[in-house]
Amino acid sequence: MKETKNGTLRKVIKYIGRYKFLLPFTALFAVISVMLTLYLPLLIGDMIDLIVDFGNVDFDGIKRLTLIGIVIIVLTALCQWLMSTINNRITYGVAREVRRDAIERIEKLPLSYLDTKKQGDIVNRVINDTEQFSEGLLLGFSQLLVGILTILGTLVLLLSINWKIAIVVVVLTPLSLFIAKFIASKTYNMFKLQSKTKGEQTAVIDEMIGNQKIVVAFSHTEEATEKFDEVNNRLADCSLKAIFFSSLTNPATRFVNSMVYAAVALTGAIIAITTGNTAEAFTIGQLSCLLAYANQYTKPFNEISGVVTEFQNALASASRVFELIEEEVESSDENASETLGTARGNVCLENVDFSYTKDKELLKNINLDITPGQRVAIVGPTGCGKTTLINLLMRFYDVDSGKIAVDGKDIRNIKRRDLRKNYGMVLQDTWLKTGTVAENIAIGKKDATMEEIVAAAKAAHAHGFIKRLSNGYDTVINEGGGNLSVGQRQLLSIARVMLLLPPMLILDEATSSIDTRTELKIQEAFSKMMQGRTSFIVAHRLSTIREADVILVMKDGNIIEKGTHTELLSQNGFYSKLYNSQFAHIEKGA
Amino acid sequence: MIKFLKDLKPYFKESVLGPLFKLFEACLELIVPLVIAKIIDNGIKQSDKGYVLQMSLILVLLGAVGLAFSITAQYFAAKASVGYSTKLRHRLFSHIQTLSYSEIDTLGTSTLITRMTTDTNQVQTGLNLALRLLLRSPFVVFGAMIMAFTIDVSSALTFVAAIPVLSIIVFGIMLISIPLYKTVQSKLDAVLRNTRENLSGVRVIRAFCKENDEIDEFKGYNQSLTKSQRYVGKISALMNPLTYIIINFAILWLINIGALKVDSGVLTQGEVIALYNYMSQILVELIKLASLIITITKSVASYGRIQNVFRVNSSMQFGDVKNAESEYSVEFSNASLTYKGAGAPSLSAIDFKIKKGETVGIIGGTGSGKTSLVNLIPRFYDVTEGTVRIDGCDIKLYEEEALRKKIGIVPQKAVLFSGTVRENMLWGNKNATDEEIYKALSISEAKTLVDGKGGLDFKIEQGGKNLSGGQRQRLTIARALVKNPEILILDDSASALDFVTDANLRSNIQKMDGERTVFIVSQRASSIMYADKIIVLEDGEAVGIGTHEQLLQSCDVYKEIYSSQFKKEEA
Repeated sequence: MKETKNGTLRKVIKYIGRYKFLLPFTALFAVISVMLTLYLPLLIGDMIDLIVDFGNVDFDGIKRLTLIGIVIIVLTALCQWLMSTINNRITYGVAREVRRDAIERIEKLPLSYLDTKKQGDIVNRVINDTEQFSEGLLLGFSQLLVGILTILGTLVLLLSINWKIAIVVVVLTPLSLFIAKFIASKTYNMFKLQSKTKGEQTAVIDEMIGNQKIVVAFSHTEEATEKFDEVNNRLADCSLKAIFFSSLTNPATRFVNSMVYAAVALTGAIIAITTGNTAEAFTIGQLSCLLAYANQYTKPFNEISGVVTEFQNALASASRVFELIEEEVESSDENASETLGTARGNVCLENVDFSYTKDKELLKNINLDITPGQRVAIVGPTGCGKTTLINLLMRFYDVDSGKIAVDGKDIRNIKRRDLRKNYGMVLQDTWLKTGTVAENIAIGKKDATMEEIVAAAKAAHAHGFIKRLSNGYDTVINEGGGNLSVGQRQLLSIARVMLLLPPMLILDEATSSIDTRTELKIQEAFSKMMQGRTSFIVAHRLSTIREADVILVMKDGNIIEKGTHTELLSQNGFYSKLYNSQFAHIEKGA
Repeated sequence: MIKFLKDLKPYFKESVLGPLFKLFEACLELIVPLVIAKIIDNGIKQSDKGYVLQMSLILVLLGAVGLAFSITAQYFAAKASVGYSTKLRHRLFSHIQTLSYSEIDTLGTSTLITRMTTDTNQVQTGLNLALRLLLRSPFVVFGAMIMAFTIDVSSALTFVAAIPVLSIIVFGIMLISIPLYKTVQSKLDAVLRNTRENLSGVRVIRAFCKENDEIDEFKGYNQSLTKSQRYVGKISALMNPLTYIIINFAILWLINIGALKVDSGVLTQGEVIALYNYMSQILVELIKLASLIITITKSVASYGRIQNVFRVNSSMQFGDVKNAESEYSVEFSNASLTYKGAGAPSLSAIDFKIKKGETVGIIGGTGSGKTSLVNLIPRFYDVTEGTVRIDGCDIKLYEEEALRKKIGIVPQKAVLFSGTVRENMLWGNKNATDEEIYKALSISEAKTLVDGKGGLDFKIEQGGKNLSGGQRQRLTIARALVKNPEILILDDSASALDFVTDANLRSNIQKMDGERTVFIVSQRASSIMYADKIIVLEDGEAVGIGTHEQLLQSCDVYKEIYSSQFKKEEA
């Protein structure tokens, strides 16, 4: 644990290292501003001591001290400003560099990593952890420095002015911290109850308002309101308790502070009287200075206890980001020995074995030879390895043994980019970028003209619905395409590929949410445009794959049957069983 | 503002007493420097230990009484703000219950949920803080100034000069930086969105070889975020140094003036210290006030957003007809529907008449208007042109409850609510007996399912998470059947059922007692081909109405749908 903590710290220092010429400055400014800030009350105390009584004022001294004061004030302010400006610069700069490194890493991470990690978790590391880390670590660091310097400085000054009063302050002040802690621990349960009840209320709101249309359709509004009110009233009770009791912290600590103040005033005044005219006299100026210190002595304590937790959180966050940044990347393909150019579309699989995890084998000894222009359909029950095959073809994953070759070249010897440029891929799980409809269609071809985009959309039968959107092709799509139906999103993904017309095509359940009639038309468009192009189609709907040149029937990681629709039906094997189960209803319904 | 005060009226007592007690406390705080001045001038200078002790006790007393006042104030503030926001939530929830589909669409359910949760909480926090501090902080600031006047008028003029300057700096910097922080937040959101897109779209990005473009795009967002952060950081970094300068210059000035006045006997040393203390008090309170104002601004914005929801009223007026008689159950004449904000109509000029007891199939491609059509029947939306009649009477003349009672609708999305199966079934009819519920369950082919789960008391989790899609669909169908409606609408609600169950379900519904008009929306030709009438929709238009055989003859769209789903040999 300690080892990793130190490791994290070292990496943090490496990032800050780019700003190392700034570090001594920020430390220097911190020290100067703290010292000057503490010195000012002392100076003012001295000035007050020069104003003794009627006719007994040392004007020259005051003038001198005022000038010093002005210099000190301006200098303090300048140091404060410089310190925070430098800290800002470092903090935001480091955050920027960490985020940049993280995204560059993400683009290179193997899919085996990205597929197994939760997306939210990775996003959290890039955004929140980076933020927490940079602010917590750096601002925390400077606050810690300032806080500790202030406490030490104050302590030294208090002791140097009068040790008896110093003891009063040092003993009494922590009391307010204890009280704050005590109230926090006592109200903890009230807050827990409050947040639990709040959670319940949010659940009711989510459920009822989220499905408001059903509530309206069943005229269930009164019952919904009753249910809501019950939780709402319970929330009112526990919120009142939690808010009231927790709001006692402030008055209570203020009370302790005023006790300290009174104690300092009392002891200070008594000492001043007893030491009255001796050489060790405790002056009124010193008393006023002590009162000022007593007032602000608790502040750094409160800050430091916050900073320490902040600091720990920051380190934890930092280690999470670094974990991501140091994750192993995909094997490099810089030294690819062969180039592909535009493929003819011959795809060959030889003795391919593959599994995602060592303990569960998936694809076993797959052999295939697809000639250019063939339409290949892949069918089989869920989990039989259809999508895995696609992952291998696109080289999202590498085979465990055996090889895949395109135009006779092992795809591991080709740059991934060259290989992927030759495929047009549409997945069931469509992905749209924030941006306009047109931008989304043109994702593979930045310089596409509007005519080309519209033509692609027409071919994908997406033109009709796009026209009906509020701004047509310029309609901005929300994150994830939330404002479009699944079917519409699939049509847009198809239009993307229609625009590119790559030599090979992969459709993984690409039309699953599109009605059968439109699907048929899209298929026609595809077969017209894809003439002479190799295509792989994964589908559940058997109507989708009937027309394929070769149908691969997969089960448990093996290709168990292979042939055309009619051939396979006549074999009376797995395929014909699958086919008949889907169409059995027709006879039954009739 | 007036509206807000009116809403706060039930908590009038608390809203007045809370700030009032806070003021009392502030007054006590303002007395402290005077007491210190007395200790110095009368106690120390006269070497009167008894007097010092007495005054110190007064300091303790001031603290104790202040504590009592402040606790009282906190209590009233908490009571008023919690009470107020509880009522606000209740009223908002009730108000949302009165909205129709159109308004729900325009406002958006996620917006409504945020208004109900985040925004009401923000109002509560804002109100609570306002009651506690909004009067206190300015009072201390001006109180300090007034106290300074009571000590010495010409010294107090320093306060008159310093307070506005400080206010300008504190408020100015805050006012400038708030919108800048908003920019920072929106830029951070952009970075977040971009990161998320890069992860969710990783396959597409790699398939299209867009990795480097994506990194460049990210760098752009990232740099722009850093730039904004640094800019706003620079501005807010000015706050502390500037206020520090002003307040301490003012203190130096006070001491210099004080020196003159003490020399001429107008002021005492203790009084100069009191002036110094008052000046120190001002800054803390001004900063508190400024951050309070930020919170309040946020709360006011939340309050405004909540009021905007209150301002939206249901666009539907209902009539008072409870029942009507006609040979036709449902009639559409020239009915069109254009959704608010949509570019083109979703349904145009639909015309048909359905006799009582008939079964109607509605078929068409994705987005052809099937759901829009059936949503017009229970008047979830109002037609923009033409009329819809039920039992011969325009549905706009019906009473809401009476109309909805006639119709049982099973929506596309099978939504169930947390609670027992029985509780869910009672949504259809509050007074249904277990026997009636079981009858509905067996018609929807869900009886064995429910029995298998342990009967009507089986607990359904929120969103029906502990049931499969097909199970949820069967239960939502049962829920509509418990209503025993005159018109039953199944909106593509059997899509997750296998073909056998789907067919059984349809035949069970046919066999139900009583005359019932049934609408079945489906993408499957097999689900609707035996209906008495089939309506074929394409791009919001009815391109064919008739029986299966008629449509196969006359309607190309229907023919294509049919042949796309059935073996070519059969078609």
